[in-house]
Amino acid sequence: MKKKQEEIQENQEIEIRLLIEALYLKYGYDFRNYSKAHIKRRILNRFQISELNSITEMTHKAIYDSDFVDKILMDLSITVTEMFRDPSFYKALRQSVLPVLRSYPHVKIWHAGCASGEEVYSMAIILREEGLFHKTQIYATDFNPLILRHAKKAEYPISRIKEFTVNYQKAGGKRSFSDYYKADDETAKLNENLKKNIVFANHNLVIDSVFAEMNLIVCRNVLIYFDRQLQDKVIGLFMESLAGGGFLCLGSKENLQFSPHFHTFEPVVEQERIYIKNYSS
Amino acid sequence: MGAKKKYQAVVIGSSAGGLNALKSIFEGLDKRFPLPIVIVQHVSPDAENYLPLFLNNMKKIRVKEADEKEIPQPGVAYIAPPNYHLLLEHDKSFTLTIGERVNYARPSIDVLFETAAEAYGEALIGIILTGANNDGSLGLKKIKELGGIAIVQDPDEAESDSMPRSALGTVQVDHVLNLKEIANYLNSLI
Repeated sequence: MKKKQEEIQENQEIEIRLLIEALYLKYGYDFRNYSKAHIKRRILNRFQISELNSITEMTHKAIYDSDFVDKILMDLSITVTEMFRDPSFYKALRQSVLPVLRSYPHVKIWHAGCASGEEVYSMAIILREEGLFHKTQIYATDFNPLILRHAKKAEYPISRIKEFTVNYQKAGGKRSFSDYYKADDETAKLNENLKKNIVFANHNLVIDSVFAEMNLIVCRNVLIYFDRQLQDKVIGLFMESLAGGGFLCLGSKENLQFSPHFHTFEPVVEQERIYIKNYSS
Repeated sequence: MGAKKKYQAVVIGSSAGGLNALKSIFEGLDKRFPLPIVIVQHVSPDAENYLPLFLNNMKKIRVKEADEKEIPQPGVAYIAPPNYHLLLEHDKSFTLTIGERVNYARPSIDVLFETAAEAYGEALIGIILTGANNDGSLGLKKIKELGGIAIVQDPDEAESDSMPRSALGTVQVDHVLNLKEIANYLNSLI
């Protein structure tokens, strides 16, 4: 009984690995260095609702059916976020980072792994309130084209507005959050002027190259999905993309402690995972 | 000193009433308890994670919040951080994710238990405590399927009995125990 279960597990893992390999070979989406436990859960969820007979059938379908691949892509993407997620982070950004950026003639921000855009527009709002938005260029990137389309629309279910509003207030918001959107019965649409200085672009952290001379990089709750090797690689990518004195912001459970690039950065607000790249490196 | 028999880790899931239940278990727990204990207690997403501090102050085994990529150590208890799922990889390291809620919960007990079952197989002990939902039932089932031990708090004693009853309805468990007996059971592994 037990041995049989072990064999089932083992076979399942081989099948999942082949599916991941197929996604890479066919489409260039590289999940090979993602958390295996996470990938397995998401693939098995999709399998259960797919009405297919095996993971191997999923692989076949993934190779020949691009609609099906879109679904798997959404399953494996990190799509759960909120506006002003971790309000204390945005407060720290306002207090410790924006005053430095204010002295620059132009500000370049890269929001890596922007998903459906909630956190990018949060940034746009605080930049506006701090009087920096007009001289800022934000590059918001994600590897998933479907979710980027969603991000560009800047429309969110009205049911989420209450949570966003509470977060906005906790993050030190200076106005009424309702100033920033128009709502109907179902949807809240963010104001067009928040999109003005944002460029949404396709970029895959796993395989694509650096951006140049960024003053601030925000990449929150993306690295936790990567194995140590891929984490190191991506932090290296950020290091190369930052100007001297540029800031790097990670998620509240991510840190640079174990990175080989640890000494390139100094903590600015340790608890909020805000780091600055040394000028000398 | 090492644990008797073959066990390598303990996972505990608790929800409503869980704070008191965990407190009782830790009161009875021997300081020399030799296995890692990994705990998911349902909390509101923006709660300060006071549970590690609270249990650590009981001066039993060391208690801390689980960090990503950390490998659970013998005689240390780890608590899932609020608003993150806690998963165990095959190499026994922790992964944190912000994936969708499971059973309306993040962290979810099922997510921890199912991945821990795959990481530890028959060397795992899973314990479901008090709670007002059915999170953890499927995870406990998985632990059992992979040869581990399934323990459920006696629903008659539980502050909230839905979660233990749901587990009992889903899994053929090894033991139904009250909190004191759970502590004794764990101590018997020393």
